Amino acid sequence: MTSGGSGYRAGRRQARRLDIDNGLVEMNHGAGGRAMADLIDLLFRQAFDNPLLNQANDQALFEVDAGRMVVTTDSFVISPLFFPGGNIGSLAVHGTVNDLAMGGARPLYLTAGFILEEGLPLKDLAAIVEAMAEAARESGVQIVTGDTKVVERGKGDGVFINTAGVGRVLDGVTVSGELARAGDKVLVSGTIGDHGVAIMSRRKGLQFETALVSDSASLNRLVQRMAEAGGGGLRVLRDPTRGGLAATLNEIAAQSSVGIRLREDALPVRPEVRGACELLGLDPLNVANEGKLIAIVDADQSEAILAAMRQDPNGTDAAIVGEVIDDAMGLVRMVTAIGGERVIDWLHGEQLPRIC
Amino acid sequence: MKYVDEFRDGERARGLARALQVEAQTGRQYRLMEFCGGHTHAVFRYGIPDLLPDNIELVHGPGCPVCVLPTGRLDMAMRLVLDHPEVILASYGDMLRVPGSGRRSLLQARADGADVRMVYSVSDALDLARANPQRQVVFFGIGFETTTPPTALGILEAQRSGLENFSVFCNHVLTPAAMGAILDVDPDSEESVEIDGFIGPSHVSVIIGSDSYRFCAGQYHKPVVIAGFEPLDVLQSILMLLRQINAGRADIENQYTRAVTGQGNRKAQGIVEEVFELRPTFEWRGLGEIPSSALAVREAYRAYDAEARFDMRYRAAEGTRGCDCPAVLRGAKKPIDCKLFATACTPESPLGSCMVSDEGACAAYFTYGRFREEAEQRQVRQRAAVKARRRA
Repeated sequence: MTSGGSGYRAGRRQARRLDIDNGLVEMNHGAGGRAMADLIDLLFRQAFDNPLLNQANDQALFEVDAGRMVVTTDSFVISPLFFPGGNIGSLAVHGTVNDLAMGGARPLYLTAGFILEEGLPLKDLAAIVEAMAEAARESGVQIVTGDTKVVERGKGDGVFINTAGVGRVLDGVTVSGELARAGDKVLVSGTIGDHGVAIMSRRKGLQFETALVSDSASLNRLVQRMAEAGGGGLRVLRDPTRGGLAATLNEIAAQSSVGIRLREDALPVRPEVRGACELLGLDPLNVANEGKLIAIVDADQSEAILAAMRQDPNGTDAAIVGEVIDDAMGLVRMVTAIGGERVIDWLHGEQLPRIC
Repeated sequence: MKYVDEFRDGERARGLARALQVEAQTGRQYRLMEFCGGHTHAVFRYGIPDLLPDNIELVHGPGCPVCVLPTGRLDMAMRLVLDHPEVILASYGDMLRVPGSGRRSLLQARADGADVRMVYSVSDALDLARANPQRQVVFFGIGFETTTPPTALGILEAQRSGLENFSVFCNHVLTPAAMGAILDVDPDSEESVEIDGFIGPSHVSVIIGSDSYRFCAGQYHKPVVIAGFEPLDVLQSILMLLRQINAGRADIENQYTRAVTGQGNRKAQGIVEEVFELRPTFEWRGLGEIPSSALAVREAYRAYDAEARFDMRYRAAEGTRGCDCPAVLRGAKKPIDCKLFATACTPESPLGSCMVSDEGACAAYFTYGRFREEAEQRQVRQRAAVKARRRA
């Protein structure tokens, strides 16, 4: 990465300079000296290898197209660092790629900032970095510059990662949270709640067995397909991460001053997610996702967009789940499977299991 | 999902709704109390009121353990953790957010340094005790007959394994006693609640059995239908109640036959009987002092009774000023009748216990049913008019 200078020499010297199998992160890995240069060269630069990164300057230089750009940043401070279906590294790439994609953009370049805690096994760091590189390759983005700091033992949670990204907005696409209009259709790209339930199954005091893995994934290619099928019909794109579908739809309803009505029987939910939520007294609508998007689209183009979504590996279970309505109270509601109606609210406090 | 989807089937629900339209006699009002907070939750979560004829009114009962615990009992727990730094208080999550005296909750006490842990079961509390032999782990035992047997088992297990740093702050309460208290109110008093029948508890009845409600029919001539927690269970139970009411019957019927028997779970009853005894009287939020309505740890298990171990004393305390939880818990008021509802009191910053728990009527109403305000207000006005006519 940039502050490492151009000291990268491949091959035989690696083992001696950085013991990835048995070594731990030490304070001098962030001190700006030789140890830091080695870490950057042998771990980060090898994994993220691309021409912009290899400029080896304190910044990455690139040409820009005409058009509109988006920029975003996100920090990742999760525990556990590794979870079924991914780790903090893949999540840090998917998260920022998706934030760019939800602006209707094609993600181009990411930056990566690492705050490492003294004592973190280098093996874990290597696995995290490799997962980032893999996620970046899959998403077609390049990690072009970065930063590394080390904090004393006890002052971090293994590793914190910040990623920022830039992307170019796809031609003919204008999406924003305030553009939902009564009559628009609400689409989700697949089953909801997978990530949250996969994480919860590993949480202390709650461990239960499930084959479920996180849905963590980059959604930029899915967005590209949607734009090609009906870009002018896209109004709002959001990825319903923390707070789940419920929180994201409430945000959109508030921003656009509209109501939203969902149909419960149209919502794609995996049986194992429903089962876990049923047992724990939780609602899949409040559970986090990391590889799903919500799209509010013009009704006339909704079927074409839906068909395009289903062509993408991250959209095979996509569905039209409701519509935007006029509503003075600005509520998100749902017609339940039995034909009643209820409010879909923000989550209040932490999700807690019921007593009886 | 097997054994669940069958009880949420849209077509069957519409069939039951049609049957209810036929059964409900025009010109007559049906007031049915769902005793249990779990039913209140189901009613709003599935939108059951949308499938009912206008003249069926569901009255929300006091069957929410967190809701009915009086402020004074919560204050006891608060004093325990603040005065005894050696104590780890292990509690179900809902309890942590209820404001006690001075509007302070156990969560705030935790922020101030008290050691309060959220647990999912009494066995988590036993694990805590094993992992912290230098500390005193107190399990905040709360709930109706459903959660009582596990608490009793926790005490038996502590005794069996010689776990000396474990005790229970027992607040377990009894459903039939509370139903009796609601039915005992003088019909001419301000506090009276007119009820034509009960939607009986699901899980509680699994333990105590449907025979436990015979007094409702015998003594008070009120029908009870034990109902499951799924939406079709609730709809079918309402239909069964209407048929009884229309026929002038008052029987104890069991809709939830897949789980509930007449006698209940004798083994669980035996364990409870072994460990707990009746308190002469117990204060309930909203219902006041009710004789023989709660359990205490028996003398033989005194070593596991936190009240004895830490010399905990009960002092009655006022609830939040202006909070209508007491009337809501009796079924005398709807959440929207309370002037704090959705203004000062929300699930985010609850002032009353009914806004905290998912089983609380205010929380269920706020979370799932806010748009119903108009229809609810109409029912409230109708009820007031009927009452006024009767007085006149």
